[in-house]
Parts: sequence; structure tokens; C-alpha cells
Amino acid sequence: MNSESEKMRTYWKKNLILISVLLAIWALVSFGLGIYWAEDLHEIHAPLPGTPLGFWFAQQGSIFTFVVLIWIYAWRMNRLDDEFSSSGEGE
Amino acid sequence: MGVTGWTTLLIGASFLLYIVIAFRSRASSTGEFYIAGQHVPPLANGMATAADWMSAASFISMAGIISFSGFDGSVYLMGWTGGYVLLALLLAPYLRKFGKFTVPDFIGERYYSQTARLVAVICAIFVSFTYVAGQMRGVGVVFSRFLEVDVTWGVVIGMGIVFIYAVLGGMKGITYTQVAQYCVLIFAFMVPAIFISLMVAGTAIPQIGFGSTAIGSETSLLSRLDGLHEQLGFTQYTLGSGNTINLLAITFALMAGTAGLPHVIIRFYTVPSVRAARQSAGWALLFIAILYTTAPAVAVFARTNLIDTVYREGEFQRHDQMPSWFQTWERTGLIEFKDINGDGRIQYVGKAATDGAGDPIANELTIDRDIMVLANPEIAELPDWVIALVAAGGLAAALSTAAGLLLVVSTSISHDLLRKWLRPDLSEKSELLAARIAAGVAVCVAGYLGIHPPGFVAEVVAFAFGLAAASFFPAILLGIFMKRMNREGAISGMVVGLLFTAGYIIYFRFLHPELDNEANWWWGISPKGIGTVGMCFNFMVAGIVRSFTDDPPEEVVRMVEEIRLPEKP
Repeated sequence: MNSESEKMRTYWKKNLILISVLLAIWALVSFGLGIYWAEDLHEIHAPLPGTPLGFWFAQQGSIFTFVVLIWIYAWRMNRLDDEFSSSGEGE
Repeated sequence: MGVTGWTTLLIGASFLLYIVIAFRSRASSTGEFYIAGQHVPPLANGMATAADWMSAASFISMAGIISFSGFDGSVYLMGWTGGYVLLALLLAPYLRKFGKFTVPDFIGERYYSQTARLVAVICAIFVSFTYVAGQMRGVGVVFSRFLEVDVTWGVVIGMGIVFIYAVLGGMKGITYTQVAQYCVLIFAFMVPAIFISLMVAGTAIPQIGFGSTAIGSETSLLSRLDGLHEQLGFTQYTLGSGNTINLLAITFALMAGTAGLPHVIIRFYTVPSVRAARQSAGWALLFIAILYTTAPAVAVFARTNLIDTVYREGEFQRHDQMPSWFQTWERTGLIEFKDINGDGRIQYVGKAATDGAGDPIANELTIDRDIMVLANPEIAELPDWVIALVAAGGLAAALSTAAGLLLVVSTSISHDLLRKWLRPDLSEKSELLAARIAAGVAVCVAGYLGIHPPGFVAEVVAFAFGLAAASFFPAILLGIFMKRMNREGAISGMVVGLLFTAGYIIYFRFLHPELDNEANWWWGISPKGIGTVGMCFNFMVAGIVRSFTDDPPEEVVRMVEEIRLPEKP
């Protein structure tokens, strides 16, 4: 019983760490690169030859990143679910 | 076959498709009516969510908004997609694990309080109705522009279609029509975008055309556009207006509001498992991103085309030499030309424009933002069937969103108000009947609001996000991630968040619109972004009140522990 609740605490902690990392990236690409530092990045033309980097993050890059973040979360958590729900009470 | 013929054909065919789907997916139980029996595969739910989410505003207005506001328009792009990250990581999997029917269900049971449920029901109905009125209006407008049907009749036809599949099929019918509507709307959005990208930038992928050089020119599209903006006295397209704190606040309010909108959340109740909920959020944003990354490219192409039409080789063009689409849209009132200096030329300029002697030039052209998508095919001289496609796509976008919202209204009434509050002894059969009647009545009310829109609909829709951000989002988040959050904390937080946000908006938008400018806003934050501040107040008040009131009962704490557990395969 005790080890079971221990295991669930580990599961929840891993979940929270994953969420924190992904949300940090989420904030970085949108609020950071897309808005706060957009003007500083204006002279850098990337990733396309004709787009100022900050502007590109605000209108394209952040959205692509969001899609990737959600898929990473779904993939990692679904694997974590398998790991923590299948190995039985004995551990 | 002319434009009208093509439009009638395509709209008729798409409506027939929706009705056939509706008859094949009738609901026979409340489970099917509310949450499609939880049998929707993640990919299909992703498409349905995308159609549910992308409204007439996303399809018709968004590219235009960005086209006219440049960098500042990014807040909508990031806000309306970034919310899905919050939804997928913080809300959807747990709400699916909780596994009831509605958002007020979660609020009511998590905070063991009928008052909390009632506050949630009122918010859900208010948000949904203001939003749905805009959709019905959109349906009427598309009909009147493209088929020269009266707006009223357009709304009535749209109501009839939604009535059939929402009342018959409930969530089940809505889900599968939304899948079809997603296909129609994305095809309709992409075809003209690809055509225009080929013409302007020489590539079939608009997202790449966005950063290419214009055909027959050395400079990139964006720096050419920046140059034109400078010559005509507009602010630079790729740089913001400078109020960073306001942009941050608006973006965050739109994100948290998106994650807190009941018609979006409820879609994640319809999948078979928590795993499927996570995946379907991924599909949903992928399908949304296709349109949302194309829209800014369309915005750039359309803006360049428009300026090139009225201002060529350093000269404003004569009004009598405008192409025929210009006159067509002038007749609808969406383009307005007032020859202030009487020279017969169209002076289209921004606030900072001056002539050779340094005197200011008056702007003579007003353009409705919706033109950018609706008239785009005509401006680019695309074939008639593409123009018709845009009409069918706009209708698909409006109808799919309207249906999702109407379902929220109907379940809030039949399930949360009747079954869970007023008449707990209601049988399943009568509850289903009540749900159908509520859906029917809601369609009629929405139709009425579409025909006689209250003047403030457009204002209120934008603020639905602020209110959702200040109420639902924090309440659900605390309910999942803070085990010891109690009834008193959550309710007082929601009430403070709502009152503050609504008060700020009403003060600046309705009571004192003359004060609605940066100098008077608190912390420089506009009413559009104030939901972010309301949310912070919600969190603070909830935390403080919780600290000197009783802990939640043991069974509620156990319920929260339960929704955090990994799902058994």
C-alpha cells in the first residue's frame, strides 16, 4: 500500500516536471521571442531569408512550437501511464 | 456557370452532406447526446475540435485583422493557439479522467457546492450565447454577399440546418458534421491561399511564400511591404506599436480564455480514454495550425496586392481606373472612397503621411477587414468556383462553431439546471427530451440574436475570453493542481475575478468610451487584456480565503487524487 502511494507520488512529480519544462518553452517562444525580445531580434533574418526573427516567431514559429510541445507531452505521458499502471502492486 | 451558380451548387452540396451525416448519427441516450457516448477516435475529435474552435471570425476576419495591424495582430495568432498548450497539459487529461458531462459538473462536484455549479452555468450560458450570435450573423452575411439573399433569410436557413443536426444528434451528430465541416473549411481556405502564394511569391506553400522575395523584385515581400508602409505613413508592418505589457496581457488573456471556454473543453469528454484526450489535443492544434500559419501569409499577400492596386510607381491611382472587384465591393459598403481633395485619385494613407511640402494628407479610403479573405479570390482573379468555395467554407466555419456552443447551452440547462438542481428525479428519457427542447429553443434564440444583433456583440465576443480567463480557467486549474483548495476559496476567487474583469470592461467600453486609451488604462493594459489581471486576482483571493476557511471534505481530496492517477490500460 505504502509503496503504491510512493509510486504515485513519483508519477505525479515526473508529470509536474514535464509540464514545467514544456510550459517554460511555451512561454519562451511566445512571450519571450515573439513579443518581449521581438524588437531586438528584428535585424536577424531567419529562418526564412525574408522574415525578421522576432516577427517570424510571433506569427509562425510559436505556433509550430506549440504543436510540437503538445505531441511531446502526449507521447511522454502516455508512455509514463503504461509504465506506472502495468507493473502491478508487488513492487 | 457563373459565381452564383457555383455558390448555390457548393453550398447546397455541403448542406446535403451535413444533413445526411445528421440522420446517420442520431443520439439515443443522454450519454450520446452530451458526449457522443465517448466513442470518438482522437483523430476525428481533433478535426471536430478544430472546426468547433475556428469560427466565422477565424475564417473570415482573422487574416484581415492581421493584414491591417501587422505585428500587433500576432496576439490573436499566439493567443488562440497557445491556449491549446494550457488545455492539453493542464486541463483536458484530468477533466477526461473525471469523466462527467459538463464543465459546471466538474466545478460543482470538485467544490461540493450547488452555488459554484450555478455560477459556472451562468458563465457558460452567457459566454456561449454572446459568441453564437456572432456566428449566426456570419451565416447571414455570407448568404447575403454571395447569393444576394436577405440577411434574415440567410440566418433562417442556417438555423434550420443547425436545428436538424443539433436537435437530432446532439453531440454525436455535431461531432461527425464538424469533421465534415473541418474538411470543407480548410480546403476552402487553402485553395485561394495557395493560388495567391503562387502568384505573389512563386511557391505553393504560403508559409514559405511569407518569407520569400516577391516575383520580379529583389527585396523580400515583408521588407517591400515595410517600405510601402513607410512611404504611405502607416506604422511598420513587422514592428509592434511598442506597448509590450499590453501585448503580453492580451496574449495571455486569449490563451487562458481559450483553455477555459466550455465548448472547447467539452470536446475532450467525448474521447474513449485519457490517452486519447492527450493525443486528440495534439491533432486539434495541428489541424488549427494549418489555417493559423497560413492566415498571416494571406495577410501579407493581400495587403501587398491591395496597396499595389491603389498606389503604383509612386502615384495614387485614379478611382475610375479601379478594377471591377473594387466597384463590386464598394456597392456592398465594405470599401468606401471619399474624394476629400477632389482630384479623382485614391489617397490611401496612414496617420503619419505628408506630401512634398510636409503638410498632412487626408486618407480617402476605408476598407472593411473582412474583404481580405472574402474578396481575395476576386482581387487575384481566381476562377469562379474558388470564390464559391470561400462562401461554403465561411458557412462551415460559422455553423460548426454555432452547433458546439448551442450544445453547451442545451446541456447546461437540461443536465446542470434540471437534472442536477431542480428535478433530480428526472428519468433519462425525459432528460434527453429536455435536452432536445433546450437545444431547439437555443437555436431559435441564437437566430433571433443573429437577425437583431445587439450593437455590442462584437465587443462582447472579445471579452468572453477575458471572462473565461478570469473565472473558469483558474477555478479548474486550482481544482486539479491544489488538493486543498476549498469551496469558499474557489467561489470567492471566481466572483472577484469576474466582477473585476467585467467591471473594467464595462467601465471603459460602455460607460466611458472616451477614456478608453492608454493614458487611462491601469498598468497600460487595455480591456482586451484585463482578463490576465482578473485571473491573478482570482488566484490571490482564492489562496487567501482558503487559508482561513475549512479544508475540503475527505472524499473530495480523494477524488482529486483519483484524477491524478495514471490511467489503467
